[in-house]
Amino acid sequence: MDMASITASSSHSPSRTRITQEPRWVRYTLITIALTFLALFLFVPLISVFYEALKKGVAVYIAAISDPDALAAIKLTLTATAIAVPLNLIFGVAAAWAITKFEFKGKNVLITLIDLPFSVSPVIAGLIFVLVFGMQGWLGPWLAEHDIRIIFAVPGIVLATLFITVPFIARELIPLMQAQGTEEELAAVTLGANGWQLFWRVTLPNIKWGLLYGVILCNARAMGEFGAVSVVSGHIRGSTNTLPLHVEILYNEYNFAAAFAVASLLALLALITLAIKTGIESKVSQQKGPNHEH
Amino acid sequence: MSQFKQHSVLPGFNLAIGFTLLYLSLVVLIPLSAAFIRATELTWSEFWTVVITLRVLDSYRLTFGASFIAALINAIFGLLVAWILVRYQFTGKKIIDALIDLPFALPTAVAGITLTALYAGNGWFGQFLEPLGIKVAYTPIGVFVALTFIGLPFVVRTVQPVLEDIETELEEAAAMLGASRLQTFVRIIFPTILPALMTGFALAFARAIGEYGSVIFIAGNMPMVSEITPLLIITKLEQYDYAGATAIAVVMLVTSFVLLLIINLLQWWGRRRNALI
Amino acid sequence: MSIEIRNLNKRFGSFTALNNVSLDIQPGELLALLGPSGSGKTTLLRVIAGLETVDSGQVLFNNEDATHQHIHERQVGFVFQHYALFRNMTIFENVAFGLRVRPKSVRPDNEEINKRVTDLLKLVQLDWLGDRYPHQLSGGQRQRIALARALAVEPKVLLLDEPFGALDAKVRKELRTWLRRLHDDMHITSIFVTHDQEEALEVSDRVVVMNEGRIEQIATPDEVYEKPANPFVYEFLGHVNLFHGRVHKGRAWIGDIEIDAPDHAEAEDLAAVAYVRPHDIEVDREPNGESALAAQIVHILSVGPIVRLELAREENQGKNLIQVEISKERFRGLQLEKGDRVYIKPRRLDLFPHLTH
Repeated sequence: MDMASITASSSHSPSRTRITQEPRWVRYTLITIALTFLALFLFVPLISVFYEALKKGVAVYIAAISDPDALAAIKLTLTATAIAVPLNLIFGVAAAWAITKFEFKGKNVLITLIDLPFSVSPVIAGLIFVLVFGMQGWLGPWLAEHDIRIIFAVPGIVLATLFITVPFIARELIPLMQAQGTEEELAAVTLGANGWQLFWRVTLPNIKWGLLYGVILCNARAMGEFGAVSVVSGHIRGSTNTLPLHVEILYNEYNFAAAFAVASLLALLALITLAIKTGIESKVSQQKGPNHEH
Repeated sequence: MSQFKQHSVLPGFNLAIGFTLLYLSLVVLIPLSAAFIRATELTWSEFWTVVITLRVLDSYRLTFGASFIAALINAIFGLLVAWILVRYQFTGKKIIDALIDLPFALPTAVAGITLTALYAGNGWFGQFLEPLGIKVAYTPIGVFVALTFIGLPFVVRTVQPVLEDIETELEEAAAMLGASRLQTFVRIIFPTILPALMTGFALAFARAIGEYGSVIFIAGNMPMVSEITPLLIITKLEQYDYAGATAIAVVMLVTSFVLLLIINLLQWWGRRRNALI
Repeated sequence: MSIEIRNLNKRFGSFTALNNVSLDIQPGELLALLGPSGSGKTTLLRVIAGLETVDSGQVLFNNEDATHQHIHERQVGFVFQHYALFRNMTIFENVAFGLRVRPKSVRPDNEEINKRVTDLLKLVQLDWLGDRYPHQLSGGQRQRIALARALAVEPKVLLLDEPFGALDAKVRKELRTWLRRLHDDMHITSIFVTHDQEEALEVSDRVVVMNEGRIEQIATPDEVYEKPANPFVYEFLGHVNLFHGRVHKGRAWIGDIEIDAPDHAEAEDLAAVAYVRPHDIEVDREPNGESALAAQIVHILSVGPIVRLELAREENQGKNLIQVEISKERFRGLQLEKGDRVYIKPRRLDLFPHLTH
């Protein structure tokens, strides 16, 4: 249960008369309190990331993000994301197809199981992979014999990222495809379409925005995951450090300017994610708009 | 015996369900079961002595206490934020609405170091708070601040759609029957959004108890004072105390699953209560 | 309570919802506001309720200006089209709501509330549903509960916005008769909005026909149907046939028919439109010496005791079919079949010179 669903912020405000509207002073008081809360807990922290990053000047900033260790961290983060997002995309589409287009027993259990990683602490997500692949883990001795490293190596980071981001795309697609039903697909079958034609020509055009939405959110989380990756990484500089782990190391070394410089890259990624997400939402609500008039 | 799957002319069920179950088993279910199976290597009394030592108990108290207060604050202000976003017009509303999801999108480590910098003695907030005797960074209050930040979107995003769906007619009906705005809110609007509000609270709480990245920087991590449970798992792991780490993890997992169950029940309640008539 | 509406004007942006509307409503009257969607009828109802403000004009309750009175001071009961029952409350609590939210000083005690609500539930014949929730009730039951809830606060005026609009045809008919009987027992001044002319004519004491924010006619149901004030009312109330012709010095010509038009004695060779109801047209196999229009039967539709014929006039092949209703007996007597040629003449018509549609 991490991200709000795609329909969450479609805003429509019907005109209200004085009967269903609070007095002006109440409105302004409530707006002021709410915005003050948001400013303290949201906006000021966001601004301060960029302020701290640039406090020591642009030269320090550029040096921090072009440092070889930083570049290695960027590369590892991109690699893990490039593996995790496509795999979870295929999983999301397959799961949503099975769940929304067919009736079978245990469907609700399956939906709950897909959501499971959202309710598991990132630290525990890392721990379970140590328990399976670590030196004292189930497969530890066998892996050591064959000289395969998973924990404290790139495969472990990919696995932890996979676990954490499993639900993102599936849980965007399932409600969307449930709402769309199976009528269009059934019509296509009666017109002689085969499985692939059905998917590419009928289903995919209907879900493309939901799919993109899920991919964007999955991508943001994959790049930003900290706790799970921290447990399995071993923090080896230039080798098993992702961007968030690099931030931690720099910070713990009291190299604050560099830590915030790298952090600002991640904050920028967050802002871009939110911008794309908002764009998709307004696109979807525009398409839905005319049907929702009454 | 009835069939596992109802007949359908649509293709691809076997492939889709097969891949889904295989992938889910490999990536989620088998690794997760490792925690429970490894925990059985301990005897009941061994398990018990690990999970109720003083240091662990203190970490529960901090984790659950700070999570609860943070979720409560988010319930109150989240409702308020959802209310002004749905009901009122003001400049910058669209951008503010979009930024609500920032804690979801911002990596937790970034949130952690930023909040620490803000609340440290020389930080933007800390320099005003410390002279008043309020130390936030490196204290349990800091844990609460971080957990409030990461839980902020949950209540807003669960309450917002329900608030949007309340028909104006209901409020007009209440007004026609003589109810004041406050009475309409207390008797009509609040009961309608209550399931969503509680769902949002539970989601924020569940997220907070497992949170790690944003907390460890600001908490100070003093044993028995500002050490959260997830950190304790990592500490045990770093001491190669796999059994201890696993035992605490199992306690956390069971708690999370109970919360997940409660959240599902709350959502079911909300759907039933607001079933369209 | 009497209600007086004086020169109301209301615009929503560029849309004129009410255009200088004036209207007197008698105490104890059951009035229907009838019109197509966008005619301003619901806006007028909401203005009377106090749910909507006006740009100019006045609303008087018992000769007292209520235009700027707060909704709480008006003592008005309102029934919404989609019931607007409170989902989180039982039926009993829905009806009791208006009493429970009163200030302590005027709030009846629990026993009194119990009695009042039970009486109201009996009045709407649903006293056995008190502890159910709205979603467990049928549409017709919900609307009756909505009515009981509105009556609980003892309103001086009852306003109903398309009260039967969301119900299916059979329930709608039952509730209509039931509402009429209820009104005859209670005699609360009541106004209801509808776009269904049958409903307006059947239930109300007087009908107000509205169009584009204006009042087209105010009259009893019979008058509105028999003597529509203008072509709009004619067309809005039931099926009607349109004939184009001319009128000159008290005589009118429509095709081959020549008739007296005493109302238009001063007319000087004007174009005119004649409106004839389907059941006001006589059909025969022969012209019978009188002036009549020749037409061909295109469709025959038998609906219960009446037979509906669609005829094409021979001069303008196929365009503007004429609708005629005759009794089944007459239809059998004439032994009509599709494609037959018949002669028709209006038994009764209304002429409107100048107005060419």
